[in-house]
Parts: sequence; C-alpha cells; structure tokens
Amino acid sequence: MLTLDHLCKTYPNGTQALDHVSLCVNAGEIVALVGGSGCGKTTLLRLICGLEMPSAGAVAIDGETIAAPHPAVGIVFQEPRLLPWLTVAQNIAFGLDHLPKGERDQRVDEALLRVGLSGYGPRWPRELSGGQAQRVAIVRALVANPKALLLDEPFSALDALTRASLQDHLLALWDAHRPTLVLVTHDVEEAVALADRAIVLQPRPGRIFADIPLDLPRPRDRLSPEFAEAKRVVLNALDGSLTQPNPAGGNKATQAAGWW
Amino acid sequence: MSEAGTLETASTHDLTARTPGARLFSLFGSSFAVGIILPLVTAIAYEGAFRAGLVQGRLLPPPSKILATLWELARSGELLTHVIATLARVLAGFGLGALIGMWLGALTGASRAARRLLDPTLQALRAIPSLAWVPLFILWLGIFESSKVALIAVGVFFPVYLGVMAAIANVDRKIVEVGRAFRLSRLSLVRRVLLPAILPDFIIAIRSGLGLGFMFVVAAEIMGASEGLGYLLVDGQQLGKPAQILAAIIAFAVLGKLGDWLIVIGARPFLSWQDSHSRTQ
Repeated sequence: MLTLDHLCKTYPNGTQALDHVSLCVNAGEIVALVGGSGCGKTTLLRLICGLEMPSAGAVAIDGETIAAPHPAVGIVFQEPRLLPWLTVAQNIAFGLDHLPKGERDQRVDEALLRVGLSGYGPRWPRELSGGQAQRVAIVRALVANPKALLLDEPFSALDALTRASLQDHLLALWDAHRPTLVLVTHDVEEAVALADRAIVLQPRPGRIFADIPLDLPRPRDRLSPEFAEAKRVVLNALDGSLTQPNPAGGNKATQAAGWW
Repeated sequence: MSEAGTLETASTHDLTARTPGARLFSLFGSSFAVGIILPLVTAIAYEGAFRAGLVQGRLLPPPSKILATLWELARSGELLTHVIATLARVLAGFGLGALIGMWLGALTGASRAARRLLDPTLQALRAIPSLAWVPLFILWLGIFESSKVALIAVGVFFPVYLGVMAAIANVDRKIVEVGRAFRLSRLSLVRRVLLPAILPDFIIAIRSGLGLGFMFVVAAEIMGASEGLGYLLVDGQQLGKPAQILAAIIAFAVLGKLGDWLIVIGARPFLSWQDSHSRTQ
C-alpha cells in the first residue's frame, strides 16, 4: 500500500505547491490524479518517487518511508527520456544492472514482446516513433517489477489514436503483475478509461478536492452511457476545483489571475 | 561499453547489410575522390605552365620540384627526424593541455562553486594572446623543449577546457534525472549517463585542441629550434629554398589532417547513435 501522509511542499522561491495532501492507494489499484495546471500533480509524483523531498509529511510504500529513489517505485515521465546512446534493448535493461546477463536479456525480450516491439531491441531510440519510444519507456520502468509505477502525463504528447492504443497497452502490462499505478493526467477521458479512482486536485496550493471512485467493469466501453456519466462527474469536480475558493489560498482575484 | 559495442555493430549490419570496412572505404573513397579534384587540377595546370615556360617558378616552385624536395628529404631520413621532433612536441603539449583542460572543464562544468571561483580567472587568461607567453616561458623554462611544450599546452588547453565545461553544464537535466530515478551511484551516473552524453562535444573540443596544437608548434619552432618541421620552414626562408618551405607546409597539412582523422575514426563507433543532420545527408 502506498500512503501519503500530510505531504507539504514549498519551493525555495516561496511557491506552495502542495498543502497537506493525504492519500492511501491500495496495492494493485490504479489511481488517476486530475487537476488544472499548477495544482501540484507533477510535484506530488516527484515526491512519491523520491526525486524531491517534501517540506513536511512523508511518503511510504508498505510501511517503508521513501526518502530517495526507491527500487519499489518506478516512474515514466512525460517524455520517453530514453538514453540516445543506448539501443532499445539496453535502454530497457538500464535498471537491471544487478541481474545476470541471461536473465536480463530474457526479461528485455519478454518486455519487448509484450509491447509489440519484438525485434526492435538492437535499434536506436532515434529510429522509434513517439508512441514506440513511450512504450519502451513504460517497459523500462516495469521490467524491474516495481510495486508502484508512477506515470506523469505519459501520453499527452501523442495523437488520440496512439494514445488510446497505448492506454490499452498499459492496462495489459498492468494486468500481468498488477502493480499500483499512479497516473497524472489532465485528460478526463484517460482517467475514466484507466483508473479505479480519480483524485481531483485543486490548485494554489495543491490539495485534494475530490476523491471519485470509478467502479466501471473492465474492459471499459468508452461509448457506454456509464462511461459518459463517470466522465461528467469527474469533469464537474474538476470545474469545481477551479472555480470554488481554495480555503487555504489567497484572495480570489490573484487566484484567477494566476490560473490564466 | 563492451556489450554496447557488440549490439551496435549488430544493428548497423542489419540496417545496411554491408561490412563496416567496406562502408568506410566507399565513404572515404568517394568523398576523397571529389575533394582531390580542385588541388589536383590546380597543380597540373601550374606544372604545365612551368613546363611551357609561362612561369619562372623561382618563388613558387612547380609541384614536381616540391615533390622532389620532399622525396629527397624523406630519402635522406631528414624528414623523419623533423616529423618525429614536431610530433613529439605536439603530442606532449596536446596531452598536457588536453588533460588539464579536461579536468578543469569537468570541475567547472559540474560544480557551480568551482565555476564561480575559477572560470573568471581562466577567461581572463584566455584573453591573453598565447604567443605573449613566449618570452616568459623562455625565461622560466629555457629555450629547449619545455618552453615549446608549455606554449603548445596553453594553446590546446583553452578549447578543450571551454568545450568540456560547456558540454557538462549543458547535459540534459531530464536525462540525468533518469539516472537518479534508477538509483545510480554518483560514479555510475558519471560513467553511464554523463560521459556518453558529453562525448560528441568532447570529441569536437579535442579536435579543435589538436588543431591549435599544430598551430602553436609552428610558432614554437619558428622561434628557435634545431629540428622539426618549423625549423625546415625557417631554414628554407633563410637559405632561399621555397621548395623546402612548401614541402614542410605539405608535411604539416598531412600530419594535421591525419591526427584529426584518427580522432574522428576512433570516435565513430561510439557516436553511431547520434541523430544528427550530417547522418541523413
């Protein structure tokens, strides 16, 4: 279980990015963090994976506090961030240095097969399309079998068709080992298509505005009325998070100015 | 890096289905053949004009005479002595300058504090024309090899220092973060992320460093040497032998080009991943 306990983050320049965010994510659960820009989604993710330290509060996975990048937590960034001087196979094996070569190669081959890129191992990252590169980035984080995988708007730079296909790929990958997924997105449809729960964040400072369960059966039909209804609920909450005054924030005028 | 090498050659095999050797040869062959046209035609035309009596060729000797001089120098073993003397100076000065430049560049590139402390001084020193050091070096180090090597090292130092510092300071933060997310130790972060990331810029820095090394060896040898290609230049001037001057110039050109080419060829297997404009041409 992933627990966030009263997380606060204030940057050195005085920006208060997060204000007492507490959240429990069960093992194997898929949670989508939704919110307008500047609501601290990315900061939250960076705190969970230990790339940044909270100003107050703590992150723990299965009771173990995360104070630095942790082997149980993997991360996929908004861009693929593949290392251009390593082949696709070497990129996937980047975090598997501790394994013997035989097992490493086997895991890489399996991973490539699962994302439909078998045979792409010896290629260079520059030879991949955006969607292929992001698939490689996802399996690079997943081959180490993390307990939790964090994704920071992983599909936002892709066209709608590629995005939908990658969302399916992600679900298939998740199904194999069922790690906890925490997905940051600004795309409500993506949240409803993937997540068990949508957490709507409110900006300035970032705090949890709503916690919406999404218990639609899987596989989800994006055209069903239930799907549309769930989308409407999340959108409503998102609207509210941006228009309702933040109890911890400053006056409304500066908030509105800041949002735009 | 060793496994990187094997995988990488495997991939280029797949993509081009030609051996690296054959590809290299044809690439070198074709570009060389086109590049040689202009100098070759000029040389033949001048030689023809000389043979026809249209030019005297006293101050600018015809190619045949230059080649004959070169051949004479080579046959007597004199050329080799001079080439070795010059190369030894360049290598010593280049090694020294590149090594110091590399370390200081790495230091100032990686640490903001070191950059604020050292860089202003080094930039101020860079503003001094390197040849201005010559009298001081001769006073300090004598007129023999040490002062020459020191001058060459100063010339090589600055491009290498600047190149390495800029390369390290400009490494993509996002890529470094990948290394951090995978919990690399400081040492493996340097080895697996920083070094490969700066390699292309590093090669360029080394190449311009070597170029300056050859420039300064000429200066050092002109100012006083009893052997070396620069000595051949001065000797040719004083004794009125333009063919010998041109022969030395050609030897310089060949050595400089060869050195640069060795760096390029040596680095190529490590840079085949680059997504650069020149690759697509």
